[in-house]
Amino acid sequence: MNGKSGVSDFFSRLYYENIGRIGESSTPIINSFRKEAIEKFNLLGVPTKKMESYKYTNLETFFRHDYQSYFIPEASHFRKAEEFRCDVTELDAHGIVLMNGFYPTINGKLRELPGGIIIGSLNAAARKYPDLIEKHYGKYARSDSDGLIHLNTAMVPDGVFIFVPRGSVPGKPVQVVNLVDSEQDTFDQHRKLIIVEENAECSLIICDHTMSPQRFLTNAVLEIHVAENSSFDLIRVQNEHNNACKVTHTFIHQERNSRVTSGIITLHGGLVRNNTYHRLNGEGADCNSYGLSLADKWQHIDNYVSVDHASPNCTSNQLFKGVFDDVSTGAFNGRIHVAPDAQGTVAYQKNNSILLTDQARMDTKPQLEIYADDVKCSHGATVGQLDNDALFYMQSRGIDKRQALLMLMFGFAHEVTRNLKVDALRERIDGLIMQRLRGELSQCASCMVKCV
Amino acid sequence: MEREQDNIINDITSGEYKYGFYTDIETEKIPKGLNEDTIRLISEKKGEPEWLLEFRLKSFRHWLTMKMPGWAHLKIPEIDFQDIIYYAAPKQEPAPESLDDIDPELKKTFDKLGIPLEEQKRLTGVVAVDAVMDSVSVKTTFKETLAELGIIFCSFSEAVREYPDLVKRYMGTVVPYTDNFFAALNSAVFSDGSFCYIPKGVRCPMELSTYFRINAANTGQFERTLLVADEESYVSYLEGCTAPMRDENQLHAAIVEIIAEKNASVKYSTVQNWYPGDREGRGGIFNFVTKRGICRGDNSKISWTQVETGSAITWKYPSCILRGDNSTGEFYSVAVTNNHQQADTGTKMIHIGKNTKSTIVSKGISAGHGQNSYRGLVKVLKNASNSRNFSQCDSLLLGDKCGAHTFPYLEVDNQTAIVEHEATTSKIGEDQIFYCNQRGISTEDAIGLIVNGYAREVLNKLPMEFAVEAQKLLQISLEGSVG
Repeated sequence: MNGKSGVSDFFSRLYYENIGRIGESSTPIINSFRKEAIEKFNLLGVPTKKMESYKYTNLETFFRHDYQSYFIPEASHFRKAEEFRCDVTELDAHGIVLMNGFYPTINGKLRELPGGIIIGSLNAAARKYPDLIEKHYGKYARSDSDGLIHLNTAMVPDGVFIFVPRGSVPGKPVQVVNLVDSEQDTFDQHRKLIIVEENAECSLIICDHTMSPQRFLTNAVLEIHVAENSSFDLIRVQNEHNNACKVTHTFIHQERNSRVTSGIITLHGGLVRNNTYHRLNGEGADCNSYGLSLADKWQHIDNYVSVDHASPNCTSNQLFKGVFDDVSTGAFNGRIHVAPDAQGTVAYQKNNSILLTDQARMDTKPQLEIYADDVKCSHGATVGQLDNDALFYMQSRGIDKRQALLMLMFGFAHEVTRNLKVDALRERIDGLIMQRLRGELSQCASCMVKCV
Repeated sequence: MEREQDNIINDITSGEYKYGFYTDIETEKIPKGLNEDTIRLISEKKGEPEWLLEFRLKSFRHWLTMKMPGWAHLKIPEIDFQDIIYYAAPKQEPAPESLDDIDPELKKTFDKLGIPLEEQKRLTGVVAVDAVMDSVSVKTTFKETLAELGIIFCSFSEAVREYPDLVKRYMGTVVPYTDNFFAALNSAVFSDGSFCYIPKGVRCPMELSTYFRINAANTGQFERTLLVADEESYVSYLEGCTAPMRDENQLHAAIVEIIAEKNASVKYSTVQNWYPGDREGRGGIFNFVTKRGICRGDNSKISWTQVETGSAITWKYPSCILRGDNSTGEFYSVAVTNNHQQADTGTKMIHIGKNTKSTIVSKGISAGHGQNSYRGLVKVLKNASNSRNFSQCDSLLLGDKCGAHTFPYLEVDNQTAIVEHEATTSKIGEDQIFYCNQRGISTEDAIGLIVNGYAREVLNKLPMEFAVEAQKLLQISLEGSVG
């Protein structure tokens, strides 16, 4: 059941027309992946609804469009990125601002921070640390079905490289802000490679923003390698306008006794599809995967999570929640796969959704695939509405209906956000969620005057 | 201790299939192969009217345009549809007038299976049986008693002859011939089956039952069951099946259609015990069945209960279309896969009417190399306000080579609907076994006890006569598999 969309040719053509330019500014290691990847993409193409994992998401609405692709950055863009300041002022982090997938600073493309941590452009890193890149790049982002991953590998111009050496524990998180800004409708490719060595710790915050009201299509691939006894946190906040489509593929590869927490907070976006692949490759690894989707208007938010228990005695936990208003639609597709000798697995998966209107719609597919017997796996999914009894209880105590509704929704969402580990950000996200639920954020996000 | 436990499990799981005998009986077969001539031949042999032949040919032509689906979580060896005998019937003289006219061998077969063709009252109650051997209905008991109430219970061919209007009106309305690959195949070549009509306001006084037996080699069995419950009626229907042990795979592709009108209630129970193949996975029946019921009228109810212990491969989804307001659909299932058996089974609940309710309880048990999947769809359409679904799918793993999988699909398009799904997968806890051992219950008995307790919720839904049999069956299928 291979679903290859008719729009695939457009993207193949984009590759052949631009590969010369992309290759020039890139490095041999990264270039060496391109040919094979585009061949795979030509075979698989852009996924359609015929594909089981994309059953509930029609990418065509955003992919069938004449995008003006963007590869070579201009100086003016960089200035904008330099000027960008995260409005979470209390957040103390090592910041990187990316413009349309590029690392914008001309100088100092590779920064070395205290503790031997390296942050910088993927291209620059490939020149300076070819061994590291060769060892990890393209090793985790593999798929036999999703062509978009290969399209990214084939065409990605640059990306972010983060390296946390053995035993390093940076006091501050790293924040990556992905900006997309263009005068024309743009198709962007983002790529990140994060390597956390043994006994180290890393906390990463990714923020996705749109700066101009044009139509954007972003295809992002993240590869994360977490070595033995290390810990890694990922928080992704997505806040793009209704005319933007974002497809992310996050591959988290965990070794023995490592701990990972991943949280995806989708506040806004026209069509958002997040693919998160957890691979528990060493005994005793533990992963938590969280997601929160808040959608209204005609937005569509789809989360695909795959947890692959490849080793014994690993634990995993998934919690994905969503609130859907107006005519928005949501989808969840979670999968726990327990390999034949992954005994002692404990895996849990939960998906709760609330539909606020008659037109909102939710499709959910929580799945278990288990080939070992000494396991404890369970999953639960619910689709429903806010509890009328709770609403009545609050109203009877003098809280007006709107306020009560807000509180209930906030409480529902908070179950996800309370797991986020960066305090400053957690408060900020709570604030954003409240704004979002009041409907204020949606007005601001599509407005060009950034008064917030 | 562990080793001992494993041994016990092995003993338990290696229970033999006791219905594997073969009856040497004269059988009339048509040559292998499938084409329009085959279909004309089947139709001619059954003396069918023109419209039915047309229906078959239409289905066949549609089938030719289809491809065998490959989405199931099953490993299916390629099936050569030209290598199957599509019609086999025990040879006998024109329709038996009384029991004495039935071939004694045939009678013996059913006696051996514990299906009495004599109309005798049993202590536990009365069951009317329609016995189907290979492709043809052999005998329907208690027909007269039922006829007094206006209930029609007969073989499908007879229904085509005697009640063509009813058959024409209902056949293919729930499972159209275009529905899927095997439904199209069945619509083209179906040989017989059961037909049942419960008139308005009648509560069927006894359990109705169809017993299917595949006997001849190289044949496929394709039967159709059509069950119509008119307004305010009630019926409980049972279905059982067995087949001889053979090294080849045999195909069973049936269709069951249920129609429940206003305020009607239908309970359909299956104890499926086709030959599951031997311990190395040789032979066994491919059980690819389309079962679907529609709650057409308001307040109607359809309840499916299935105990699936047999078949090399089971691939079926008994479904309910809840069209009438306030209608109810239920699905209770225990599926056991042992040795090399595979199962991909579950249900579909389509909520169309308002205030519709559905309950799904599925218990999978995997042992040996068995692969057991639950696949279910709960779909709430836009107008199905206040609809409610609860699904529970549990899997029990016995042994470290088997697999248990859960693939639920929840599609909710209505704000007021409440849909819940929960599933667990685990093995029998050592503490549970220890607790039993401590109280003097052997490990083997403890396992039986725990498995039966695990499946109880479903077994309780079976009519009494069947519940006892199903419980035994569960024990035989699993004996030796818990660890």
